[in-house]
Amino acid sequence: MRALSVAATYLRLGVLNEMQYRANFFVAVFQSLLSVGVGLAVLALVYSHTATLNGWTRSELLVILGVQILLGGVVHMSIQPNMERLVEEVRDGKLDFLLTKPEDAQLMVSVRVLQLWQFVEIVSGSIVVGVGISQLTGSIGLGHSFLFLGFLLVGALLLYCFWLILATGSFWVVNMWFLSELFEGMYQTGRWPIGVYPGWLRYSMTYLVPIGFAVTVPAQAMTGRLHWGTVVVALCFAVALTVFTRWFWRFGLRRYSGASA
Amino acid sequence: MSTEVVRRREPWLRSMADFYLTAMRTQIQTQFQYRIPMYMYTLGMAAEPTIYLVVWGTIARSHGGSVNGITASQFAAYYIVWTLVRVMNIVFTPYGWEERIREGQLSGQLLRPMHPIHYDLADFAGQKIPWIAMYLPIGAGLWIAFHPSFHPRPLGIVVFLVAIWGAYVIRSFNQFILGMITMFTTRAGAIFQVWFLAELLLSGRLVPLTLMPHWSQSLAAWLPFKWTFYFPIECLVGHMSNTSLIAGLGFQLLWIAIGVLAVAGTWRLSVRHYSAVGN
Repeated sequence: MRALSVAATYLRLGVLNEMQYRANFFVAVFQSLLSVGVGLAVLALVYSHTATLNGWTRSELLVILGVQILLGGVVHMSIQPNMERLVEEVRDGKLDFLLTKPEDAQLMVSVRVLQLWQFVEIVSGSIVVGVGISQLTGSIGLGHSFLFLGFLLVGALLLYCFWLILATGSFWVVNMWFLSELFEGMYQTGRWPIGVYPGWLRYSMTYLVPIGFAVTVPAQAMTGRLHWGTVVVALCFAVALTVFTRWFWRFGLRRYSGASA
Repeated sequence: MSTEVVRRREPWLRSMADFYLTAMRTQIQTQFQYRIPMYMYTLGMAAEPTIYLVVWGTIARSHGGSVNGITASQFAAYYIVWTLVRVMNIVFTPYGWEERIREGQLSGQLLRPMHPIHYDLADFAGQKIPWIAMYLPIGAGLWIAFHPSFHPRPLGIVVFLVAIWGAYVIRSFNQFILGMITMFTTRAGAIFQVWFLAELLLSGRLVPLTLMPHWSQSLAAWLPFKWTFYFPIECLVGHMSNTSLIAGLGFQLLWIAIGVLAVAGTWRLSVRHYSAVGN
């Protein structure tokens, strides 16, 4: 409970802070329009040469694209800025200030920064998902929608764990300027159904880099492709990854010796 | 006494070459110290061509082996060479200009005796050597995983080796000019994005240009983008005639010449607009 109220306080602070820079909203809208435009152009190009991609139709891929953009919005709004700040503070030694606070350190490093205007990406991703769904032939049951929403949350959790594992690496590797490039590069793989990738890449994208689970599983839930086996595996994997992330964070933190004077 | 006279009369070309070599050597040594970050960056970068390659390979296979006459293994060759060309096309970004101005670094750089683009050109040219060393294992891995069909001709290889440097210079100039926008506005990011979008679609970065609709192919013919990606890649993997190989180098030269004029012009215009920030 206390954790939630701390998070809520930081959220409120973040919103207030971002409200000072309202013009950024329009920049975010413009950039989001561009990136959705790129996604649509690529899809149009692909489907001008083929009718289905590995059994996925254009509208089904639209759902994947939407989920990828939506979860990307979550990452850009909250996960990535927090993790980048963490990496920066490990290098500068400013993490000392945070560690002296009585609240749990993992919670604190995860809720401090908010880039409010990136919620535009969440909105535009949802619109793309909506358009995709409206073009699907079969009807979407209530169960599917709940599964979809549930797995979106699981997807966000997986991406958070993945980012935190990457950022924890900064306790060993001091120079981590590549992190966002690395993540963005890998995250782009989520735009396509995981089945198109060859076996070795598919497995590493599911278990090593959980982008496959994060993006494809919600989209599968919505397009009625989800098997119960996948649901169980995905849930177990989410729990395991959360536990591992927690352990790894503490393991890394023990190495932190502070760099401040 | 006599040596001093000789030094003073040292020709411009030789002193420039000296500067470039020294700067490049320094960068090679500096960059090799940060192997893990570089490797991680290259890995992130390799994701982009891998995606394209997998997607278009899948389409080619599901259509009896080829799309517009390009087979899955030809796509593999295209995107593996793509990755090397991408490494060559890493240049000082316009976002860097934003930082230079905000942090006041530019003020110090203005005091140096040469045009600032020389420093960037030399630094990033030097970094190519460690970058390519990092690329090689990734290229080999992609090669093993995707079985490219790769039969370059000798002239193609020679032209390729020149063309990747042409691409590097053209892209450096383009991004320098783009960076100059930051002298006038602090919200240049949106403009950069439009530019990157145009590059993605019209350079052959996304797909071999022949897969694009006809109107965008004719549009690409009038723009510099295709000379930074499509042309160098096609030198190695395409079936270009000797004449079009040499003509391609000519077009690169033309764009470099235009770039020189544009860089000089925009620099003069924008540096007048610069008011120092920082300490």
